[in-house]
Amino acid sequence: MTDGPFNPNAPEQQNPSQTDIDQDIALQQARMPASNTITFGKDNPLQLDAGLDLSPFTLAYESYGTLNDDKSNAILICHALTGDQYANSPSPVTQKPGWWKRLIGPGKPVDTDKYFVICSNVLGGCNGSTGPASINPQTNKAYGLELPIITIRDMVRAQAMLIEHLGIEQLFCVMGGSMGGMQVIQWAAAYPERCFAAIPIATGARHTSQNIAFHEVGRQAIMADPNWHGGRYLDYDTTPRKGLGVARMAAHVTYMSEQSLQNKFGRNLQNRQSKTFTFDADFQIESYLRHQGMTFVDRFDANSYLYVTRAMDYYDLAADHDGQLAKAFMGTQTRFCIVAFSTDWLFPPAEGRLVVHALNAAGASVSFVEIDSDKGHDAFLLDEPEMLDAIDGFLKSAHKARGLPEHKSREEQEAHS
Amino acid sequence: MSQRYDNTRIDHLLVAKMVEPGSKVLDVGSDDGALLDILCHQRNIKGRGIELSQKGVNKCVARGLSVIQGDADKDLIYYPDDSFDYVILSQTIQATHNPKAVLEHLLRIGRKAIVSFPNFGHWRVRADLLLHGRMPVNDYLPYSWYDTPNIHFCTVRDFVNLCSETNAIIEKAHGLKANGEGISFSAPWWFWNLFAEQAIFLLSRKQD
Repeated sequence: MTDGPFNPNAPEQQNPSQTDIDQDIALQQARMPASNTITFGKDNPLQLDAGLDLSPFTLAYESYGTLNDDKSNAILICHALTGDQYANSPSPVTQKPGWWKRLIGPGKPVDTDKYFVICSNVLGGCNGSTGPASINPQTNKAYGLELPIITIRDMVRAQAMLIEHLGIEQLFCVMGGSMGGMQVIQWAAAYPERCFAAIPIATGARHTSQNIAFHEVGRQAIMADPNWHGGRYLDYDTTPRKGLGVARMAAHVTYMSEQSLQNKFGRNLQNRQSKTFTFDADFQIESYLRHQGMTFVDRFDANSYLYVTRAMDYYDLAADHDGQLAKAFMGTQTRFCIVAFSTDWLFPPAEGRLVVHALNAAGASVSFVEIDSDKGHDAFLLDEPEMLDAIDGFLKSAHKARGLPEHKSREEQEAHS
Repeated sequence: MSQRYDNTRIDHLLVAKMVEPGSKVLDVGSDDGALLDILCHQRNIKGRGIELSQKGVNKCVARGLSVIQGDADKDLIYYPDDSFDYVILSQTIQATHNPKAVLEHLLRIGRKAIVSFPNFGHWRVRADLLLHGRMPVNDYLPYSWYDTPNIHFCTVRDFVNLCSETNAIIEKAHGLKANGEGISFSAPWWFWNLFAEQAIFLLSRKQD
């Protein structure tokens, strides 16, 4: 971590050519991703909540493991706000390993020897699915703000088309954290018969006023950057780096707990013995946030950030059901396991509990695990053994209840061959 | 607690026997899921649980049971009337803040309620107080007075009174002696109150 490369008051210190290369890779992946894609043509439009049809549109997705003969072993992973489809493989943009490798893989709770695991980039995203950085076929330019507003329900409708395209009638499980968890809840509410089990993590059935407030701060930061150009920055061959960086910095604070910030950084100074009496990043936390902002802008499209934050803000499942959340789940046969973290202040356990109470009232099968962690909202991406144990137990029991074949470990298979 | 050779607790087996196979059961205070496990796998019931401790919930979920973290005192209000065939409160009523309200919820949520608890009227408890002047600590009351989660102990007689106050009908009862032997339902309550270490009641709601 270096001091102050992201400083709104200073000229950029990072080597501009490297930044340009990173951004070029990101834009290339937004338009021609390395992963699988499916494009739904004019005969298969997506009806958006905004009242328009989106057509054509593309979803980029990754898959791991093998789909069994009766297509009953598929697990759909839904990614979070700025996540991508690379849940279990390196991102071509950042070269970092899959973001949920702790959970997915041979012998892990989401066992790729047993399950066929699918993860798609959300609609409105910037990793290959149709989003504001994609080319609008009508103008041959980037959509920018010409793309209609996308909602969580739209994202899930698009995913449902992908799952249908793959010939899967019922997903064994849908799981995800944060915005991914909202998609899980939406999947279970909209397509109960197509979800045998659902695991929403660190999430809720709505965005609270405070959550909308933080997103609005981020969006205003982006729009206030002169390089945003009313959303047409790609035409000017630039990006609102500073605005997007500030948006990320503000959001990142909400992903951590007060306790984890204090434990990690306290009031420690960054590579210096005393305060400089300037606006430099004197404190480690400042330097850390600047670094987070700076690396984020290299991989994420600013307009896409506007769209995905808006999608979360608009989500309110109870409002779609006369204000009664329980109505969203009446008669559901889906088995739920809801996971929340004690220090998550973006989606506090109370938000998860609201979903639990609604599911109880609807007579659904539900488990609720609140995990004592100091890591805040981001805990779902980090090493939380209790979360892994709970998911493991829940999936094994669902596996049995679904009547999926007993699985032999790799060692046993080798012993028999 | 009395255990069989296979480590299954006798009180759990007695509770399980009171439940009609195939019914829908809410277990309040699931602990590590031992009772719910027996119910789901031996009585083929559709089971749900509420457990206060996070460790307990995580153990239950890890063994594949549908359990949520929750508090019998606070969270029973979220369950609709008549949503379960049975609501079970196993060895938990003495740890609740408001046992009467909890019992009323059990009878509202379930068609029937099953309540088991350690009997504070057992002769050994009385003898501890009488002879040693100390709060009892033994196999089934293992805590010292200062660290016990049990804040509302009652005797069999106290519980029978609570049942009449809450308009509950006692359909069946089991008393368990220290050696694991049962006490006949026809025995008088004073006998139960002296010799039952644990008591298990099957209750239903008085129809208005």
